[in-house]
Amino acid sequence: MNEEIKVPAPIVNIRDLTFYYGKTKALKGINLDISKQMITSFIGPSGCGKSTLIRCFNRLNDLIEGAKIEGIINIDGQNIYAPTIDITELRRRVGMVFQKPNPFPKTIYENVVYGPRVQGISKKNILDEICERALKKAALWDEVKDRLRVNALDLSGGQQQRICIARAIAMEPEIILLDEPCSALDPIATAKIEDMLVELKKEYTVIIVTHNMQQAARISEYTGFFMLGELVEYNTTAEIFTNPYEKQTEDYITGRFG
Amino acid sequence: MKRFFRTGIPYIWLTAGMLTISLLMIGGLIVLIMLKGLGEFWPHKTVKFTLQNGTVALGEIAKKESVPHKKGSYRTKLKIGNRDIYGMDFKWIDNADIVSEEYPTNVLTFERREWGNMYGSLEGLKQDDRITSVDLEKVPSLLEESQTSFAKIQYLEKKEIGNINYRMEKNRLELKRLSRLQPSGEVQKKIATIKANMDFLEQSYKEKENILTELYNKAKAKEVVVLLADGREKIMPLFQIIRIYAPNKMGVFARIGFYISKIWEFVSGNPREANTEGGIFPAIFGTVMMVMIMSIAVVPLGVLTAVYLREYARDSIIARLVRISVSNLAGVPSIVFGVFGLGFFIYFIGGNIDRLFFSEALPTPTFGTGGILWASLTLALLTVPVVVVATEEGLSSVPISIREGSYALGATKLETLWKVVLPQATPGILTGTILAMARAAGEVAPLMITGVVKLAPSLPLDGHFPYIHLERKFMHLGFHIYDVGFQSPNVEAAIPMVYTTTLVLLFTVLILNLTAIVMRNKLKRKYSTASL
Repeated sequence: MNEEIKVPAPIVNIRDLTFYYGKTKALKGINLDISKQMITSFIGPSGCGKSTLIRCFNRLNDLIEGAKIEGIINIDGQNIYAPTIDITELRRRVGMVFQKPNPFPKTIYENVVYGPRVQGISKKNILDEICERALKKAALWDEVKDRLRVNALDLSGGQQQRICIARAIAMEPEIILLDEPCSALDPIATAKIEDMLVELKKEYTVIIVTHNMQQAARISEYTGFFMLGELVEYNTTAEIFTNPYEKQTEDYITGRFG
Repeated sequence: MKRFFRTGIPYIWLTAGMLTISLLMIGGLIVLIMLKGLGEFWPHKTVKFTLQNGTVALGEIAKKESVPHKKGSYRTKLKIGNRDIYGMDFKWIDNADIVSEEYPTNVLTFERREWGNMYGSLEGLKQDDRITSVDLEKVPSLLEESQTSFAKIQYLEKKEIGNINYRMEKNRLELKRLSRLQPSGEVQKKIATIKANMDFLEQSYKEKENILTELYNKAKAKEVVVLLADGREKIMPLFQIIRIYAPNKMGVFARIGFYISKIWEFVSGNPREANTEGGIFPAIFGTVMMVMIMSIAVVPLGVLTAVYLREYARDSIIARLVRISVSNLAGVPSIVFGVFGLGFFIYFIGGNIDRLFFSEALPTPTFGTGGILWASLTLALLTVPVVVVATEEGLSSVPISIREGSYALGATKLETLWKVVLPQATPGILTGTILAMARAAGEVAPLMITGVVKLAPSLPLDGHFPYIHLERKFMHLGFHIYDVGFQSPNVEAAIPMVYTTTLVLLFTVLILNLTAIVMRNKLKRKYSTASL
């Protein structure tokens, strides 16, 4: 691997991160810095550990039985695996969007204000405001403003995914994690979400896992390539896609890799 | 041949055949009950047989069959009624003995409050020892008059005097309680007020009783004279008669009207004559109320158990053992639950409640005897496995992605469970409740030792504070069937009641289930899982 690159204004620092599912090592000594208010994408073949990595950022892996983690992840200089950390507070700061749209079987409105409600906000005018702002940022407001009381499951797949993004934004997180958010969507819905992500990075740090290399190339500033639990190469997107340092990276992005 | 078997067609036929047999058995059961049950209220024609020995028999044909071991000869079972005179309701007549068969139009059927039907013709009206002939046209108005006075008497007896008795009993118990306390001035004062109260109640009771006697005498003054088939005359108070109708003269519409009014009486009226006549409203009410209380008890119990098993205990050995035990509970004979209910709920819990709160009534038990609450709780225990299993299914069908979505928004496990998982598992929970309700509505054995009676003096829900009387004994359709069919003094006359009650029980279960199913489907549409 090339010497560690310096990213501007790092918000996440990962040092020697190793992750086990039972006895299997899913991540092997990852070292990585992620830059604030930029889009960082993780690419790599299935099972390479990129999803596992982003699920470490909001400690969602804690729910899996037999999961064990070594190393340090600092967000804003604070180790999120320190015993004093409040997990729900962490998850408020680090929002997440999943591969398959998973809106709750509730109304659009209830979906978006779910997070704030859990935090104990119950005043209707505040919730209304949060809902409108989040839906506007998710570029969904114009489409659904007249039917906020409709069940979110009645929307199209792309809209459902944007509901999930709005749901994450409604909590005003610092970082938004996206785990292959477009893999279940058609190209038009994908393009809408990409435009929105580019818009979002003005305020948030976006980390996206994707199988779609064009997507990584189009929207992200930095790209990390993973294979078999290791970070093979991490650099600016331009550099990775035009002048990869490692042979494996080149093979993968040119499609010579199975 | 071998090739024929390999096509698989015989197995399809085998499975289809088994399905057909099951369907035929179920269909046959329902059709039999419907035929026997629904026919009961149709006004049958009254036939008059003249026999070879010169006697005459009048009544409804109940059954015709061939005489065993005698080819070609038949006999008829005739419902001759007039049990107070003939001693029995039915009579077998050899068809060979019948000389003539007529359907006289002047024959009336008198439906009475006691002694079953009477068949005969109306001779006249007796009042003040004078018999006047009466026009048939005027009979309905006369009958209506006597019905009103009967309703008045009923109201007086049940409502007003019942009320006085109820308050009297309350005062008596209060007096007993106070007399056990230290006889301070305060207590003496209270005792004095209660005594005054009781005197007042006693007074008003006597007044009501006088009014009642007067009403009874007035009602009994009018009597009808009926000419029976064998030429005897029978005089009875008009007041005893519920309905008079001429089945041989009725047209189709009159019959249909009669049929509907009889069905209405059956589902809304109180039973008469050791449950063999009249309605079954208290039993319907008791069944529905018991099922409701049972559901209220079983749903939280079963759902919370399932939540712990599925969401917290996961797959530990203990959880597995508990799961197996819960499933096995479903196979325990219901009478065992009845015995448990008797020992635990009635004697232990009920007995202690009596000692603590109702000691003034002892040794008469209040909660320490069978009642609708204990019966419902016993059935709740019986049906809890069904709810647990169905809820667990429902919980496990909620996809992990939905839960993760909630966790990722900062919700704790409890919040996720409460706000996302449980709502989505509701259809499963309701399915369990439906099955539990169906099971509970049809269960009889455990009820017989935990609070069902053949005739409950009052409903468990009435106008006396606190309105719901959970300690009261109640009537139940399933037990009613058993009682009417096998325990009544006049089993033969009660057979139609058995079928009609069975039909009502089936309908009640059906309606309870349909309500729950409609509710579940509504929720299912609301919580249909995500699809792209």
